[in-house]
Amino acid sequence: MTLRPFLLIPVGLFAGLATALGFGLSHNPRELPSMLADRPVPSFDLPPLIDGVDGLKSADLAGGKIRLLNIFASWCGGCRYEHPMMLRISSDKRFELVAINWKDSPGKAADWISTYGNPYRQIGEDRSGRAGIDLGVTGVPETFVIDKEGRVRYRHAGPITPEVWETAIEPVIAEIEERS
Amino acid sequence: MALASYTSVGTFVFVAGAFAALTYCFVTSDFSVGLVVTSSQLTKPLLYKVTGVWANHEGSMLLWVLILAIFGAAIATFGGNLPRRLKARTLAVQGMIASGFLLFVLLTSNPFARLDMPPPDGNGMNPILQDPGLAFHPPFLYLGYVGFSVAFAFAVAALIEGRVDAAWARFVRPWVLAAWCFLTIGITLGSFWAYYVLGWGGWWFWDPVENVSFMPWLAGTALLHSALVVERRHALVNWTLLLAILTFSLSLIGTFVVRSGVLTSVHAFAQDPERGVFILALLIAATGGALTLYAFRIPHLKFGAPFAPVSRETSLTLNNVLLVAAAATVFLGTFYPLFIDLMSRDKISVGPPFYNRTFVPIMIPLLITLVLGPTLKWKRDQLRPQFGKLRIALAAAALTFVGVAVWTTGSHVVTALGLGLAIWIIVGSLLMIVHRAKLGKTSAASSWSLARHAPRAFYGMVIAHLGLGLVVAAITTVMTWQKENILTMKPGETTDIAGYTVLLRQVNRAPGSNYDAERGIFDISRNGNAVTTVSAERRFYQVQQRQTTETGISTNLIWNIYVALGEPDDQGRWVVRLYYHPLAPWLWLGGLTMALGGFLSLSDRRFRVGAPQRAQAILATAPAE
Repeated sequence: MTLRPFLLIPVGLFAGLATALGFGLSHNPRELPSMLADRPVPSFDLPPLIDGVDGLKSADLAGGKIRLLNIFASWCGGCRYEHPMMLRISSDKRFELVAINWKDSPGKAADWISTYGNPYRQIGEDRSGRAGIDLGVTGVPETFVIDKEGRVRYRHAGPITPEVWETAIEPVIAEIEERS
Repeated sequence: MALASYTSVGTFVFVAGAFAALTYCFVTSDFSVGLVVTSSQLTKPLLYKVTGVWANHEGSMLLWVLILAIFGAAIATFGGNLPRRLKARTLAVQGMIASGFLLFVLLTSNPFARLDMPPPDGNGMNPILQDPGLAFHPPFLYLGYVGFSVAFAFAVAALIEGRVDAAWARFVRPWVLAAWCFLTIGITLGSFWAYYVLGWGGWWFWDPVENVSFMPWLAGTALLHSALVVERRHALVNWTLLLAILTFSLSLIGTFVVRSGVLTSVHAFAQDPERGVFILALLIAATGGALTLYAFRIPHLKFGAPFAPVSRETSLTLNNVLLVAAAATVFLGTFYPLFIDLMSRDKISVGPPFYNRTFVPIMIPLLITLVLGPTLKWKRDQLRPQFGKLRIALAAAALTFVGVAVWTTGSHVVTALGLGLAIWIIVGSLLMIVHRAKLGKTSAASSWSLARHAPRAFYGMVIAHLGLGLVVAAITTVMTWQKENILTMKPGETTDIAGYTVLLRQVNRAPGSNYDAERGIFDISRNGNAVTTVSAERRFYQVQQRQTTETGISTNLIWNIYVALGEPDDQGRWVVRLYYHPLAPWLWLGGLTMALGGFLSLSDRRFRVGAPQRAQAILATAPAE
């Protein structure tokens, strides 16, 4: 059997690629649209939704602390579904939980919050949906993890279930904590 | 050995049966099937009930296997003149791939999983996919992707056989060409779909999912040209075999990337690591196996006819080197974020600037060679007389370059270069017909006769190259002179874009069968003369709680005016996105022209799978293109 060593180069390169792809599989792919990856949130300035809770502007997300930005609406079933989880994580000291109320009528949204409880430190009212569009929101609920430098580190589309929290969101927060 | 044909046809019959059954479930909205619940609903138009079959992971993998089975059955049926052993081996390789993917469908992605308690209605399909563009984009893409499996199977069969000759290349080329045509159409449709559905006015995003369809296209284009050298000159054999393996491997890698979610992408497919492991295993078996076989068998193959530095072979080799380099560039850009993530856990993203700096410079020599190559003779030629033949194209290109550079006062040198190259390709390709017909050098009648008797493969090549010229012109123009105007408008207000006046006449409610919508009517005029009226919609799908945009596009095949209706605010104004895209229609017309050229070539009698013996005689008189 004659074998020329250079002919093994393609096999070797492919083996390297396959190994990398294999490792890639065990890796969190991070569902983040590339347009926002590791960038600050686009600028917005939203008025408060209810009395006594501040509105939200992009400058509030510029850093200092880790923040979870939740996009919700009273008309959205998934938001109702994840709400108990929001209440549960709101006491976590590692981050601040803030929200954008998206394309909602203020009366209904305020009722919704008073009925189910307010987990949010700040709620901006985005009635036109403009801020949501700039953030690349495709549907509510959605949650963004913003690190201490004010960069978006993770985006989750859909309700935060306990499972999503443990496997996707919490590890990102732990990682940011660990690195800083 | 005849068994291979029967089993290939059998695979096709059974997979087609499964696919028909799934389609029937979708059309009749059988909600006892879980897949129908998650991706269909009663109120959906029939077209989308059918396309719903492949608008989800399980169904689309079934479509994948179906197309693989179609190709297997096609080799079995139309490959009557293949040497029996080569045919049996090729079908065996095809069968192995099919078995692997059938196992994948059965074990990890069962499309027929039933529910104990069927719900009264389904959750509906992702609204963004409910579009005629999507109805045909995946099937064409898969016909291309999977079509390259034939080249792969032929290559592996030839390696096992230890023999590659001109006949082999003649068998493989039609399949490669067919797959290439389908992939070209698939990518073109995908780009157009993204253009008018996403509402951002973009037509190519260098997104990983786009890239993984583009890489097999680049490698497949290289394969198309190198197989030509094998057929005509029996050179580049080992390279062509490697390329055949690589092209299909890139298709498999694409399937892997899309289905496993190792890379982030705007394409939100269901992603599941377990499926990723399975496809990776298939990829390792197919590519790893084939490359190992290649390493051990290549020394036993005999080939190689020498050629001079200036010759058709050299130009095609250069074509191959450049195309593969381009594919490698896209590969690097696509996978770099993954590699970096694995090594340093940093998140980076590679954007258009990377591709502009790396991909574009590789394209420039490729586009120059593209015109020169086909005029060169096989084996040995001289550059000077060939440039002489092309002097009109050269002059036109130079004139365009200087003209644009001066007109833009030197601020757009790259644009001038791009347009110069486009003119070089277009005029140069047309000149090929002129030379072929000896126009002006002989009588009109004999020119006509020469033109008429030129093989279809020749015209196919010219048309495909012309198509690329159109694409180059379009990319250059649209990227330089597109205009964008994003503003809020009240009905009755007007705005301007690129010399046109746009009036938002009114916004109406326009509900559809499974969505509610707002439709904006826009009147476009120029200097007070009405040009056209377009409507753009913003749709809201209640079942999925999602909204989509239906853009309004006014085109005259030279430019597009593109209107997308955005959000309303509380003062009765709407966000409106307006774009002016000069030459944008040529992007897709050019893509389709390329595919048309491919199909025309495919219809050449020399390519007809049934007629290679007779083709021998014709080959002797007409150089293949």
